[in-house]
Amino acid sequence: MIKHFLNLEWKQYFRSSYWQKNLALNILLVFFALYMIGIFVFLGIFLFKILSKMFPEQDPFIVANSFIFFWILGEIGMRFFLQKLPVMSVKPLLTLPIKRSTIVNFVLGKSALSFFNFFPLFLTIPFGISLLNNGYSASVVLTWLATMFLISLIANFLNFILEAFSAERELSFLPLIILVGGLYGLNYFEIISFQDIVSSGILAITENPIYLLIPFVVLVALYTFNYSILRKKLFLDASLKTKVKEVNASDLSWTKRFGDIAPFMQLDLKLIWRNKRTKSMAFLMVIGLLYGLFFYPQPMYREMEFMWAFIGIFSTGFFLINFGQFIPAWDSGYYKMLMSQNIKYEQYLRSKFILMVMSVVIMFVLGIPYAFFGWKILIAHAAAAVYNIGVNSHVILWGGSYNRKKIELDKKAAFNYQGTGAVQWLIGIPLMALPMALFGLLNWLINFEIAIATLVIMGVIGILLHKKLMAFITQKYLDSKYKMIAAFGKDS
Amino acid sequence: MIYTKDISKSYSGTQVLKIDELEIPKGQSFGLVGNNGAGKTTYFSLLLDLINPSTGTITNNSVVVSQSEDWKPFTSAFIDETFLIGYLTPEEYFYFIGDLRGQNKADVDKLTAKFEDFFNGEIIGKKKYLRDLSKGNQKKAGIVAALIGNPEVIILDEPFANLDPTTQIRLKQILKDLAEKQGVTVLVSSHDLMHVTDVCERIVVLEKGEVVKDLETNPTTLKELEAHFAKSAVSVSQEEE
Repeated sequence: MIKHFLNLEWKQYFRSSYWQKNLALNILLVFFALYMIGIFVFLGIFLFKILSKMFPEQDPFIVANSFIFFWILGEIGMRFFLQKLPVMSVKPLLTLPIKRSTIVNFVLGKSALSFFNFFPLFLTIPFGISLLNNGYSASVVLTWLATMFLISLIANFLNFILEAFSAERELSFLPLIILVGGLYGLNYFEIISFQDIVSSGILAITENPIYLLIPFVVLVALYTFNYSILRKKLFLDASLKTKVKEVNASDLSWTKRFGDIAPFMQLDLKLIWRNKRTKSMAFLMVIGLLYGLFFYPQPMYREMEFMWAFIGIFSTGFFLINFGQFIPAWDSGYYKMLMSQNIKYEQYLRSKFILMVMSVVIMFVLGIPYAFFGWKILIAHAAAAVYNIGVNSHVILWGGSYNRKKIELDKKAAFNYQGTGAVQWLIGIPLMALPMALFGLLNWLINFEIAIATLVIMGVIGILLHKKLMAFITQKYLDSKYKMIAAFGKDS
Repeated sequence: MIYTKDISKSYSGTQVLKIDELEIPKGQSFGLVGNNGAGKTTYFSLLLDLINPSTGTITNNSVVVSQSEDWKPFTSAFIDETFLIGYLTPEEYFYFIGDLRGQNKADVDKLTAKFEDFFNGEIIGKKKYLRDLSKGNQKKAGIVAALIGNPEVIILDEPFANLDPTTQIRLKQILKDLAEKQGVTVLVSSHDLMHVTDVCERIVVLEKGEVVKDLETNPTTLKELEAHFAKSAVSVSQEEE
């Protein structure tokens, strides 16, 4: 049975039209992974030295263990956004003579082989070797490595429970924030010192390997819980039943002032609000908005002027990048219909453009309180907003004409949770890195005013050329019309 | 109204459609029948400029469809469920299509009110999204949406499939009225020979992408069609032996 499943997986992956057309992106992902591995290995090798320099009084091994609590929190957070429960189209399998438990065990088992679980090994193994070189006993090191691996697996299965929970209740990333934030908060305010609990727990295990059973039992419990969640979902009606909800129609007549593009704007707003995938994206805007708070409170980053441009582009352009990169795939489900309707392509695209511009303006206005950290930061954000409106919005619309991947907004497959992966985050890099580099370079070579002026001027040029650029972009879309229709008609 | 000349479509060397000449006059109800893979949907997709012809042209009311978009205001279609927008309610979908076709809400309401019987109380005012409707009800919504905005040409691919018998009968009446009383050119494809002969004045049989029969409907047409398809079934089984 497993052999058949693996065979299906293999074919699904290599026969998907997406894979063949996005070779470049896959290569980029591989490079990104290699880069991360490199950093991890480097850190693993030198961690012992670094720690003994920084904390000369203490045992580096114990210091390292005291950080594991934060490591776990970080790992859960990363996984939540980057890792998906492996998808398997189970519907065709349900009527075949296959035990439901086999399907569930396969899906869960496959997730244990995920790259994310082996990633930490690139850090822990070199660190373990350096421990051995510094006279720690082999049994301690091996037990420690095993514990760390079990922790990874625990994070793996804990993440799926979190994802299932947030998908079911449509809570987006709220459960994650409550869990991670709650644990961090309890620890930070020293109500319960998880940092010490985790650290002394791991030390106890390394001293007495029999305690390895404890994380193992936790792992088995999480697995069983996942199993019961998935097992319940393995009925067609389970996913159907929860779907049918009463419509809450909102009054969108204010869009009428946009004239002939009003129907499309209403459609886009409904698209965003009524589909799980787009809705969680809208929620993520809060993170985009608050992104600066990760940096500005620390004087170190506040001094780094090139960061201002980056944060400005990111926080004002968060919606633009996330929404824009999937134009026109958002409408892929009914693209054929749109193309046979009496519409002007230019209106269709202009509606998306105005939506993105509105989001930039709103995000900028909401971000005005950043002025608290210095008025120069606000100016940098304003320049970034102008750049987003004038340059990035057009670039991303233009990029959309190369979009060939269908998005299934109403996918009812039981194992489909989030639909967002690492790829989505990578695409935004050039849009953000270029203005950041430009700003940083000019600021360094000449001065702050010139750097700001350059971003603003580029943005204004884009706005002035809007009509011409839109005509060019529209032509691009028209040229690839048949290709898009054909691609959107296929299932990934 | 619709003039097809030398049209052909091939996918990597395999020809799936080849029609030398086909003229459909205004106000005709036109039926397209054929087995799977005969090229029915391909022809309709070419007519709607959803795919690019390999050779030839289709002219809709003297507009070449692959060169200008001016045919869109007077042409409407429902090919499959991908024409629906799943996250809208049927009403919102009708208003959206109405907006695109220059009809205000009152116009759309007036039109959909005429189809109360057809909807059988399962579409309007149910506060459900289109994606949550059954296949049959989705189809009903899609067909009625194709009637919004007084189109002169209506294209429906397999409109009878997935519908219950009562609705099939009502749909046949609607389609007949459109062609006879309002002068609308109706193009329909179907696997059900009886329905097509009931609705259409003219029936064209496609086989492996080519027109093999072009019939004016009369009382013997159904027999003739059944004989034709029975014959190809026999010849296939002989070939296999």
